[in-house]
Amino acid sequence: MKTIRLSIIGFGAVGQGVARVLRIKRDYLVRSGIDILVVAVTDSRGACIDQNGLDLKVVLQRKKESGTVATSNTSSLDVIKNTDHDLVIEATPTDIETGEPGSTHIFESFQHGRHVVTSNKGPLALQYKRLYNEAKKNGVMFRFEATVGGAMPILNLAQDILAGNRIISIEGILNGTCNYILSRMAEESLSYKHVLGEAQELGIAETDPTYDVEGIDTACKLVILANAIFGMDVAYNDVEVTGITNITSEALFLANVEKKVIRLIGEVEDGNKKIIRVAPRLVPKQHPLAVGGTLNVALLKTDIAGPICINGRGAGSIETASAILSDIIAICRKNT
Amino acid sequence: MIISMDLELKDIPGQLVHALIPLSDLGANIMSVIHHHDQPTPSGSIPVQVVIQLTNGRLDDIITDLEKNDIRVVRVGKKRLYEEVTVILIGHIVHNDMSDTIDQIDNTGFAEVVSISISMPGINEPSSASLVINAENKNKLIEAMNILKKVAKKKELLVIEPIEN
Ligand SMILES: NC(=O)c1ccc[n+]([C@@H]2O[C@H](COP(=O)([O-])OP(=O)(O)OC[C@H]3O[C@@H](n4cnc5c(N)ncnc54)[C@H](OP(=O)(O)O)[C@@H]3O)[C@@H](O)[C@H]2O)c1
Repeated sequence: MKTIRLSIIGFGAVGQGVARVLRIKRDYLVRSGIDILVVAVTDSRGACIDQNGLDLKVVLQRKKESGTVATSNTSSLDVIKNTDHDLVIEATPTDIETGEPGSTHIFESFQHGRHVVTSNKGPLALQYKRLYNEAKKNGVMFRFEATVGGAMPILNLAQDILAGNRIISIEGILNGTCNYILSRMAEESLSYKHVLGEAQELGIAETDPTYDVEGIDTACKLVILANAIFGMDVAYNDVEVTGITNITSEALFLANVEKKVIRLIGEVEDGNKKIIRVAPRLVPKQHPLAVGGTLNVALLKTDIAGPICINGRGAGSIETASAILSDIIAICRKNT
Repeated sequence: MIISMDLELKDIPGQLVHALIPLSDLGANIMSVIHHHDQPTPSGSIPVQVVIQLTNGRLDDIITDLEKNDIRVVRVGKKRLYEEVTVILIGHIVHNDMSDTIDQIDNTGFAEVVSISISMPGINEPSSASLVINAENKNKLIEAMNILKKVAKKKELLVIEPIEN
């Protein structure tokens, strides 16, 4: 059994979820011939490093009690450059304008011969091709299932499981916050403002919800799908984006009369049409895309398998860690 | 113009041909024929539903010819426009010359707004409307939608389109 040494860069909801999942799944992994040693964990204030493997329970506890994992002020970049390991989990915040600090972390990881698994959309939405080429040049793997649809295995489904199929188009709901707001507004005949406030209170929407409700988050995810699955070379600015801030409860009522719901739908289509857009759309209530609550859903049209639809939890600490774990395992299987 | 007709034929061989020949002779494009052989009328004739597309208005001639051939025309329903879509608009719809928005579609000749429901919550608040648009065929419907989107953009209205099928 080969030991895979990894670092967790960024220890918020997702980073901590990964730590928890690695603990829960330790025996399972060992039985599958995978021995994972976490040699470093970082957050914005510093790092803890142990070449013999950190005790994740202790790290989680320290983060909870003191607000940081740091036992030294070594930066994330230092860890990536100077700590000997095989795989970097990049889980720092998404910045859609600069891609940082994620982009630098990922490029440096590649240049030091380390595989990368990330949940950070920023770098991918801004410079997918460069990242892809850099990984290839350095002979390392780059996986990012967690960036699109949380626990929903959309990238691996399209790229591995549906191997041999041409994916013609993908339509889906890729933002749980918007879906929650639109579902609630329709069910309770409430205004957008009211439901947004409620979602913020429940922790479903951020204090600054712009990124979600303006469709930016969905657009970033579409860019990732367009590049990774359809082989396009697009960035965030290529997406036509309309958010949900102007949706009225009257519009939802009128939709209901027609037995329809309104959902924020992201849509990528290859071929001569080449569509990549995010917009609120009318969806028949019986349609597989008409999921409610915070669920995410994706409908893939393929040339031989026909339509394939998956739905699941699009966010959450453990759920997102599930996607990261599947990427870690895929890398371990290829490299042991 | 798309027209659906309910005909009744005598239950003897060759009747369907007698019905279809005057249709095609007079330039109608036959879109569908449903022959209810298993559901004869009490008088023993066979109901047939046909849907035809007629570019020039010669419906009267067709009916005369059918009746000459001893075929009873029970019902004629005109359905000029065949493809339908429902869209929702949000914004200052009424204050932005609503009838102009509708005219832009109706003036095409190939599409029209067939129904509209508006909900206006308050004087300065955006209204919401659902519009049903019909068009001659799929492509014309897409064309009509593109016109609507262009008008809506100018008037700063949000158009909520249906997902594709
Ligand atoms: N949460 C989800 O459900 C979800 C789902 C899919 C994808 N994602 C993506 O996953 C990433 C992480 O999300 P999250 O919810 O875990 O965010 P989060 O809770 O805000 O955590 C971000 C972590 O990154 C750390 N950090 C910030 N700047 C850093 C820097 N320069 N160097 C090292 N660490 C830094 C933060 O440090 P401090 O702890 O010291 O503040 C924190 O630990 C984001 O890109 C997000 O878009 C999240």
